[in-house]
Amino acid sequence: MAVITMREAISQALWEEMERDEKVFIQGEEVGVWGGTYAVTKGFLDHFGAERVRDTPIAEAAIVGSAIGAAMGGMRPVAELMTINFAFVAMDHIVNEAAKMHYMFGGQFKIPMVIRAPGGGGRQLAATHSQTPDAIFAHFPGLKVVAPGTPADAKGLLKEAIRIDDPVLFIENATVYQQKGEVPEDDFTIPIGKSKVQREGSDVTLVTYSKMVDYSMRAAATLAEEGIEVEVVDLRTLRPLDMEPIIASFKKTNRAVIAEEGWRSYGVGAEVASRIYEQAFDYLDAPIQRVAQKEVPLPYNARLEQLALPQVDDIVKAVREVMR
Amino acid sequence: MANIVEMPKLGFDMAEGTLAKWVKSENDQVEKGEVLAEIETDKATVEVESSFGGIVHKHLIAEGTAVPVGTPIAVVAEEGEQVDIDALVADAEESKTETKEKSENSTLPKKQPEPQKQEPPQDKMIKASPVAKRIAEEEGISLSSVKGTGPGGRIVKRDVEKALQTGASAKRANKPKATVKPGVDEQVPLSNLRKAIGSRMAESRQTVPHFFITSMYDVAELLKTRKQMNSGLPEDEHVSVNDFIIRAVALALRDYPNLNASLNGDQLTRHGDIHIGNAVAVENGLLTVVVRNADQKPLTQISAEANQMIQRVKAGKVRNEDIEGSTFTISNLGMYAVEDFVAIINPPEAAILAIGSAKETPVVVDGELDIGLRMKATISADHRITDGAEAAEFMQHLAQFLEQPWRLFA
Repeated sequence: MAVITMREAISQALWEEMERDEKVFIQGEEVGVWGGTYAVTKGFLDHFGAERVRDTPIAEAAIVGSAIGAAMGGMRPVAELMTINFAFVAMDHIVNEAAKMHYMFGGQFKIPMVIRAPGGGGRQLAATHSQTPDAIFAHFPGLKVVAPGTPADAKGLLKEAIRIDDPVLFIENATVYQQKGEVPEDDFTIPIGKSKVQREGSDVTLVTYSKMVDYSMRAAATLAEEGIEVEVVDLRTLRPLDMEPIIASFKKTNRAVIAEEGWRSYGVGAEVASRIYEQAFDYLDAPIQRVAQKEVPLPYNARLEQLALPQVDDIVKAVREVMR
Repeated sequence: MANIVEMPKLGFDMAEGTLAKWVKSENDQVEKGEVLAEIETDKATVEVESSFGGIVHKHLIAEGTAVPVGTPIAVVAEEGEQVDIDALVADAEESKTETKEKSENSTLPKKQPEPQKQEPPQDKMIKASPVAKRIAEEEGISLSSVKGTGPGGRIVKRDVEKALQTGASAKRANKPKATVKPGVDEQVPLSNLRKAIGSRMAESRQTVPHFFITSMYDVAELLKTRKQMNSGLPEDEHVSVNDFIIRAVALALRDYPNLNASLNGDQLTRHGDIHIGNAVAVENGLLTVVVRNADQKPLTQISAEANQMIQRVKAGKVRNEDIEGSTFTISNLGMYAVEDFVAIINPPEAAILAIGSAKETPVVVDGELDIGLRMKATISADHRITDGAEAAEFMQHLAQFLEQPWRLFA
């Protein structure tokens, strides 16, 4: 297997799918001439041409809205939002149209569209450009929300997202584009809606996704030195949410921590914890702990920003807390 | 007119009953035949119906109070009626002493009877995690004996697991797999049921001259027939080996009235009906459920009735008619890999049949060694009623029903 970065994995997925299916095209701000804000689509314009790699105005509603139109017309657009924070501008198109068109028209239209959107804090982009609002989008039935934590999952899930007929919001975390991991070299896809055990352990179930997968793996390594064996379950998809590996793990460990980068209130951790309580109450041995971002607009100041964001050490402490 | 409701006699050996619960409160309307209260006997909790209609004028005893059979427990009167309770009770007592002689000790309890000592509430308000509670429940551990090491003293899984490993916790006394701490004696007061079994069995063993006869039966055909039957029946209607035995014994008893009898003093009663009692193990004791007229019922009906009664027994919802009136009893320990055993007669019955396990046994058929399926059964009979020859004949007679199961359907 090749060891490549998250950025390369996503880039390869796009490239391979565009080669495979000429209906696939990309549009977004700076995706063409500039090669993508995070250099994901570098070289795409020269290879695929301006018809399929379309630079757009700074108008997110138009980027998403026109992609929906193209998808209804039989194309397979990949709309790129420079950051997920700009998705709010396109909110109506995402949650009211992309997510509901198939339903509202009695199945006459399919929306085979992917919206790629990097998010997350930690790069001193200040409060409005540093958010992790994943849970908001996962709230809406009709929209699939994918947020991978490893290069292999990113590649396999993005290829699957492009191939399926449902609208998919594909959330990347901008701080992990440089993270490396083993990725199979053959043409592979990973089904959407399947959680995955990334590390096996017998003492605590640590549920997480996206950037926090790496943090959780590091926390697990630290805790292993203390004799605490952590099982890390990566959600990979927020909607539909696959609880099966989580419940199976929890029935073994009886203790759980959920780590996410977004805010705690009404978050992914709240949803997962609730489902554990509902589905495995009789296996519970300690109150479930949540690790999340402090409930403040994310500060610009680098030290304050890191203080507000969940850290590896926060996960370690939460695990120790449930192990008491 | 005001009427006294008395503690009913719900079984021939019932001496006293505990008022478990008043279903009708004072001043409630009650129809004749409506449930007035729940009485706990030493065998079961039974609903008591009012023999009178009217208003529940007064409860004479409190919930939890145990009183002898025949003791006035309530007054049912007409609405607005003035009742002189003392006079009424005195009248009732008087008319009773006139007609009966036995109720000498049935006195009215004091005005404010002491409620029966309550069991300490178990595991209530003990802080324990759900999984700790579940494991404790499954393993029969009392959480009150487990020390919690979780936050705030919460009992967590590791505490229960440790208690399980060390055996340090006192397991609930009524669990069959209860263990005792090495080196420490445990004092366990006998339950009502245990006391009842104890006194009945002691009385029987001491006063009834038992004799025993063991026979061996070829049950290959019976087991084959059962398998065939069950393959055609839904799971919940499967017929047990015991159901076959009930039917076989009932049919065999038709020709042996001395064994379907009871002795009271010098008077032998040969019962016209054949009601087969079946010993059923319950927590900390046993009860006998009674299949009535088992000689007249098809096997599937016997099976269904026995099943329903056993389920009620296990659920603690046994009805009085489920456990009363047997004329002959079967005790079957076949499921415990028992070769054979002797049972104590359930008085005043004439005999009891103890059933061992059906198992593969070397047998000689036409001078050749073969593998057969055999089951041993031992009858215990009352020598005042019958003798060895008659009981042995019965056992031989029983063979044709157990070994030729078509006769059970003929």
